[in-house]
Parts: sequence; C-alpha cells; structure tokens
Amino acid sequence: MIRLEPRERVPIWLAGIAPIVAIIVTLVLCSALILWAGEPVFQSYLLLVEGALGSKFAISETLSRATPLIFTGLAAAVAFRAKFWNIGAEGQFYFGALAVTWIGTGLFSLPPVLMIPILFLAGAVAGGALLYVPVVLKTRLNVDEVVTTLLLNFVVILLVSYLIEGPWKDPMSLGWPQAAPIIEQGELPKLLERTRLHLGFVVAIVAAIAVWFLMKLTVWGYEIRAVGFNAEGASFAGISINSTVIRTALISGGLAGMAGVSEVAGLKGYLTLDLSPGFGYAGIAVAMLAQLHPLGVIASAIFLSAIFIGADSMSRSSDVSSYIADVVTAVSLLLVLLSVMLVRFRVRWS
Amino acid sequence: MADIFEILTTLGFWAATLRIVSPLIFGTLGELLCERAGVLNLGIEGIMTIGAMAGWMWVFQGGDLWTAVLFAAFVGGIFGLLHASFTVYLGVSQHVTGIGITLLAVALSSYIFRMMLPEVTTPPKIVPFQIYEVPLLHEIPFVGPVLFSQTPLTYLALLLVPVVWYLLYRTPMGLAIRMAGENPVAVEAQGIDVLMVRTAAVVAGSAMMAIGGAFLTLSAFDAFYFGMINGRGWICIALVIFASWRPGKALIAALLFAGLDALQVRAQQVGGAVIPYQFFLALPYLLTIAAMVVMSRRTAYPKALLKPFRRGDRI
Repeated sequence: MIRLEPRERVPIWLAGIAPIVAIIVTLVLCSALILWAGEPVFQSYLLLVEGALGSKFAISETLSRATPLIFTGLAAAVAFRAKFWNIGAEGQFYFGALAVTWIGTGLFSLPPVLMIPILFLAGAVAGGALLYVPVVLKTRLNVDEVVTTLLLNFVVILLVSYLIEGPWKDPMSLGWPQAAPIIEQGELPKLLERTRLHLGFVVAIVAAIAVWFLMKLTVWGYEIRAVGFNAEGASFAGISINSTVIRTALISGGLAGMAGVSEVAGLKGYLTLDLSPGFGYAGIAVAMLAQLHPLGVIASAIFLSAIFIGADSMSRSSDVSSYIADVVTAVSLLLVLLSVMLVRFRVRWS
Repeated sequence: MADIFEILTTLGFWAATLRIVSPLIFGTLGELLCERAGVLNLGIEGIMTIGAMAGWMWVFQGGDLWTAVLFAAFVGGIFGLLHASFTVYLGVSQHVTGIGITLLAVALSSYIFRMMLPEVTTPPKIVPFQIYEVPLLHEIPFVGPVLFSQTPLTYLALLLVPVVWYLLYRTPMGLAIRMAGENPVAVEAQGIDVLMVRTAAVVAGSAMMAIGGAFLTLSAFDAFYFGMINGRGWICIALVIFASWRPGKALIAALLFAGLDALQVRAQQVGGAVIPYQFFLALPYLLTIAAMVVMSRRTAYPKALLKPFRRGDRI
C-alpha cells in the first residue's frame, strides 16, 4: 500500500520544476489524442506553437485571449487562497459585461480618460455584487457557496439572453441577439495596429501586480491567507473570518467582472451570448497552474491561451480537433494538483 | 393561477415529471453515495456528460441499448476511480479535483465526438429505448399511464432508490460507507479499509451519474448535443443537500424539482406572452437556491465530508 509522508524540507528546485514537469507530462499524455487522429505528434505540436507564437499577429492573438483568463484566474486565485470556492466567475464575467453594456452604450458620455476607468469600476462592482449574495448566504446561513455560485451562472446567462433578445436588443443588428455597441469614448484603445490586442491586457497585468501587492504586503492579504490556511487559528488571533471572507469574495467577483468589461469594451465591442467560451471555468485551471500566485497567473494564462490559439490554428491544417485545447487545460489542471501534492509529500510504497 | 391547477391535473404533466426526474435520480443517488462516504464529487456534471456521450456512441456504433447503459456506467466508474485516486488516496482538494474531472470529461466528450463524427452538422440519431407498458398495471386509471408507461431506465431509476436505501441502512457495507463519511477513525478501528470503502462509493456513485447522463441520450432524446447536461449535475448536488443526504428524501426532492421543471415548460405556453421564457427557465435554479436557504438551518453535513483520511490519523 502507499503511504504519504510530509517532507521535512521542500527543496526550492523541486517546487520550481514541479509545474513544468506537470505540463510536459500533460503534453505527452495528450499526444495520444493526436496519434488517434492519425497525425504526427511532434509536427502537430510544432504547428500548435507556430500558430500561437509564430508571428507578431499570432502573439497578439495569444495575448488578447490571455487577457480575460488573467482576470478570471486572479478571481479564482484570490478566492481559493481563503478557501472560498467561487466557481461562479462565469456568471460574474457576464454580470460585468452587463454593467459595461448598460453604462457604455449611451447612458452618458465622458472623455475616454474618465469613461474607461468608470467602465472597469462598474464591471468590478457588478461582479462583486453578484458574488455578494452567495458569500452572505455562506457567512450568515452556512449555505454552500459551490452550489449557489454554480447555479447563479445559469441564472445570469439567462438574464443576458433575455436582455439581448428583448429590451437591450440592438435594432441595427439585423435580427442577431446582441446589445448595442459600446460608444467610441468607452472603447479600449488597441495596443498594436492591425491587431486585436487592447488596453485590457495592460489593465490585467496591473491588476495581477495589484493583487500580488495586496496578498503579499498588506494586512488584508495576510488575513485572507491566514483564514485560508487555518480559519480556527486566524479567528483565535482576532481575525474576523466572516468579514475577511466577504472582502475576499468582493475582490474575487470584482476581478471576474472586469474580465467581462475587457471583452466587451476591448475585443468584441458589444454583448453577445457567446462572449465567453468558459473563461470563468478556465480561470480555475489558470489559478491552479499558477499555484494561486497572482504573478504566476499571468504566465499560466498566457500558456493556456497559447494552447487555445495554437490548437485553433493546428485544427485548421490537420485532422486534430481544436477541442484538444480543452483537454490540455483539464489534464494540466489535474496534473499540477498532483505535482503540488508530490512536492509536499513523499510517496512511500510498503 | 387556475391555469396552473389545470396543468397539475393533466396526465402529460405527471408523465413528463417522471421523465425529467429519472436522470436526476441517478445523479442525486450517485452524488449522495459519494458524499455519504465523505467525498464531494464535483465531477458529476462532466461524468454525466461523458456518460451521455459514451452510451450514445455505443449504440451509434452498433451496440444494443442495455450494453450501452453498462458501457456508460463503466466509463463513469473509470472517472470515479480517477477522482478517488486523487481525493481519497492522495488527499488532494476535492473541490479542485472535481472541477478538473468535470473539465476533463466534458473536453474528452467533445473531442471524441468530434473525432468520430468530423463532418456532421446536425447530430445523428439512434433508436432510443421505447416506452414499456407494464402488463396489467398500466391499465390502472391515471396511475397506469403515468407510472407504468415509461421507458425501462425510468423504472430502473425508481428501483434504485430502495436499493440504495437498503444498501446504506441495512447492510454492513452501508454502515461502513456511512461511517467513513462521519468518523473514518472508527471505521479504521474496526479493521475496515477506509480508503477502499470511500473509493468503492465514489466509483459506484460515478457509475450511477453516468447512467443518469446516458438516460438523456438513450431514453429522453435520441442524439448527443454539446452542453446537453446543462447544469443538471449541479442541480443534483443541491438536491443532495436539500434531501439531507437521505435516499428517500432525495427522491422527493428530485420529484419536486422535476415537477417544477415540467410545470415551467407548460406555464411558458400559458404565460409566455407576458413573461419572457428565460424567466421560466431560470426559475428552477432560483428556487433551488431559495430552497437551500430555507433548509440551511437544518443541514447536517456528513462530519468527515471534504476531510481526507490518512492511515494512522488520530482525532
């Protein structure tokens, strides 16, 4: 039988290479899917890398796809640190998108310098407000947040569906269910000409640094980590668990809401029902890949987005389906979980 | 209001309720079994998806319907084994593992379906389970056409409730499962392998979930669509809490939810002109959350739920 023994000291090199090994093993395992499609493994991965990073345009696509993943990855990383299981980033993403659509399609108009920060703020408030319901139910009545956040995702998506088919439907959209476009003052400027990479990427990086600063160097961050590490102990030390969890939830929901803002005002220009291909759920994989480290989230978001962009381009020139990117995401999530475990514990066979 | 009562008296409403409840019964009982042993299985949404895909694909490739059900259960069991090796043997976070299993199972379902059927635009159909009228019983007025004119998998779902109840409350195995979820140290003291008990519960529970998914492609519909589980797995998790982890109550909870769902479809036709249809679709989710709030004071989680057990642990 197997036994797990905690390691007395974790060598730093081991902690460092563990996620990299996990990713390599992921790619090896997923090569079985490529072989099944009857394609050569090495060339296929080469095609994938080329599709994701092979040109200036490819890189810009990868970075713009990484933008919402950074936000939702941060949302999961912050919440999971406090052991608050926010699985509702998808709903908060759409709530942020609703807020930016409401304000950004002509409610008022200000110069971009003011308009853009207001849009991001509105999205963050909306995302935080949506998560406020589950977190209060959790802290006051001990209602399981996993289920409430998951179910709210479906409610919010139905709300979006109602609004863009009904009262918010753009009369100029030729019948497609979509909201009116964001006004010019609210559009996020492009970072590079003739690409889709926009200001949202910079905001995401700044957000990651801000979250890192918050978690590492402030009392709030210390309290969040303490509550996640040992709630009883934290409470004993005079930290209010409930208010810490609520605060964490507001930050987490706010970050997910900003992802919605960035996608509507930066990439798409208007709200649709297919705005997110599961960014909220992928954010969980991003956060785990980064081992909940805010700056690591940037790297893991770019990695996963490269897989998605690369797989898209690979599937166009080979028989491998682009769904392989989703498989890679899931397998890497599980293997990183495993690798973190193996870093902390030694496996003994007896 | 009068319209609503009129709906409640129709045969169609009750027959539809039993149809809708079947996958929920499989899923809820499966999740209940896992949680009773101390393991939260958030892989349910994905396991139901891959069960739906695997069962359908088996028949599409020429297999018959009952072996397709077994195949779906087998595939579900494999994912359960994966879940258990992470959460039970390695003691990794049950939340994150579950989400990972869901992501993996959904992604694999999509990938395999796309690879096996690369060219299709409309999902191809199979011949699903037909309605089996139980001899004599189906002639009973009202009850007959509702309860005894269903597809075989619905009967199986209804039968599974007393079976799981019997297993949990009347067998030594069931006692071990319940104890593994309440006080694993006591199980260990009896010389029973806690990890083995938990693994068995998760594997069996996952197999049930997969059959729930397969019900959708083999019985309710005749094709596999992406996203066809549509949150049913998450609903099952809520139903388990709502049912206080008891099989009998789980049946009642699932029936309430299914009745509500059948009602909302019919109410759409009555009130559809005034109230947007999305409201009716959101209603089951909102009421599930409301029900959890109402029940919150009375929820008594299995004491060792979410707590990994390591041999030699002391309280």
